[in-house]
Amino acid sequence: MYNEKVMEHFQNPRNVGILEDAHGVGEVGSAACGDIMKIYIKVANNCIGEIKFQTYGCGAAVATTSMLTEMVLGMPLEEAELVDNRQVADALGGLPEIKLHCSNLAADALRLAISDFRSQHHG
Amino acid sequence: MPAVYMDHAATTPLDPAVLEAMLPYFTTAYGNASSVHSYGREAREGIDLARQQVAAVLGCQPREIIFTAGGTEADNLAVYGVAENYARSKGKHIITTGLEHHAVGECFEQLAKRGYRVTTLPVDEYGRIDPEEVRRSITSETSLVSIAHGNNEIGTLQPAGEIGRICRELGVFFHLDAVQSTGHLPVKVEELNCDLLSLAAHKFYGPKGVGALYVRQGVRVLPQIHGGAQERGLRAGTENVPGIVGLGAAITLAEREREGRAQREISLRDRLIASILATIPDTRLNGHPRERLPNNVNVSILWVEGESILLALDLKGIAASSGSACTSGSLDPSHVLLGIGLDHATAHGSLRLTLGKDTTEGDIDYLLEVLPPIIQRLRYLSPIWPGHKNRSD
Repeated sequence: MYNEKVMEHFQNPRNVGILEDAHGVGEVGSAACGDIMKIYIKVANNCIGEIKFQTYGCGAAVATTSMLTEMVLGMPLEEAELVDNRQVADALGGLPEIKLHCSNLAADALRLAISDFRSQHHG
Repeated sequence: MPAVYMDHAATTPLDPAVLEAMLPYFTTAYGNASSVHSYGREAREGIDLARQQVAAVLGCQPREIIFTAGGTEADNLAVYGVAENYARSKGKHIITTGLEHHAVGECFEQLAKRGYRVTTLPVDEYGRIDPEEVRRSITSETSLVSIAHGNNEIGTLQPAGEIGRICRELGVFFHLDAVQSTGHLPVKVEELNCDLLSLAAHKFYGPKGVGALYVRQGVRVLPQIHGGAQERGLRAGTENVPGIVGLGAAITLAEREREGRAQREISLRDRLIASILATIPDTRLNGHPRERLPNNVNVSILWVEGESILLALDLKGIAASSGSACTSGSLDPSHVLLGIGLDHATAHGSLRLTLGKDTTEGDIDYLLEVLPPIIQRLRYLSPIWPGHKNRSD
């Protein structure tokens, strides 16, 4: 069902946890639909300096959030917010068709975290 | 790594003795049972024997058994067959529950679209229906009540005999979907008071792709597959002779082993349920604590999602199942779990473990060893787990 890379991220997710003093937090999904992705960021020099995540959901939900955190760590915010869900799935070597829409929302959570950061620090 | 199969409600392995009985019908006794020659007669004899074997277990006449290509087809034939045949003489009102297998539930949905009136009986928190509710729902236009004997997801058993008695008293046909219970519980049609009963061989160590429908003498079903006189004209198509022979062998073997196996499974089942509930906080049993299939365990594990539990168990060599949306192939979790009143999150966290005749105490030990750390890891990952607040790190 899932390829090796997805399973590897599911088994050993990167950057799991909470950033207590995060500069921005973004959350998408709901317990009702079975997927919640929550991303915490700290910004340094306009780049993603630290990133952590928590995910409630299926294997794809865990793997995509893990993959995304790896992709954007150290990236300038303007670049990080352009990463889309499709790129995350591609970086994982693909996901089952049915998972592309329901469990592939990590990039949306990151965008919310970035806008949360901006509203706090520039708003 | 151990290999532990705990998904017997999905399907069971073929018993080697059943395979042995089937083999000649693939290679030497390969005749078409409708043929006049010796090859045909040999195949016919195989089918005749299987029909007697099924009838012996159900306590009915051989001619009341119709072989089908599985449980789903048997359910379709029962529901459409009766509803359509009696639409004029009885009426277009049919009764079921919201917890049926899709093989029954989707037939009711289709019939509703074609103008039938469907009553969906209420169930309690365990998924049981009140037989008196059946009585209250029956009208002068009711033709059929269709209910599963044992629920395939939560294992809850229905008071089938009592429901059947009420249906018979009021002159309504009663179809019992016994796909999960046949081979595991007594299924004597006279005790269950049913007019139709579906079963599938692969649920009791027989082959896939073959099932049967019991149709009580005098009850008429409208055929759903046309093009031949097989099965008294009720199910056209060249018979799956090896499969039918396998069904007969499997049901005979299952009946012989049934009581002893059920006792063993109940003891393993109850130990597994009690241990999971005791060792993993925030878990609940789904389905009735006692009135349930001997081999069915279904628990909800809060704050985690079912598919991720299954993947993690699979990596440890354990095969299980869940009613989460991801595993139901839709965006909603199982209709059965929602039907007994669970909220979506609790339904997404369901884990079904169904035991079999080869399940050992050691398998249970192994599951109980690997499951708690898996849940701990997934909860640590989960943003909705309340335990984060209490952690010191």
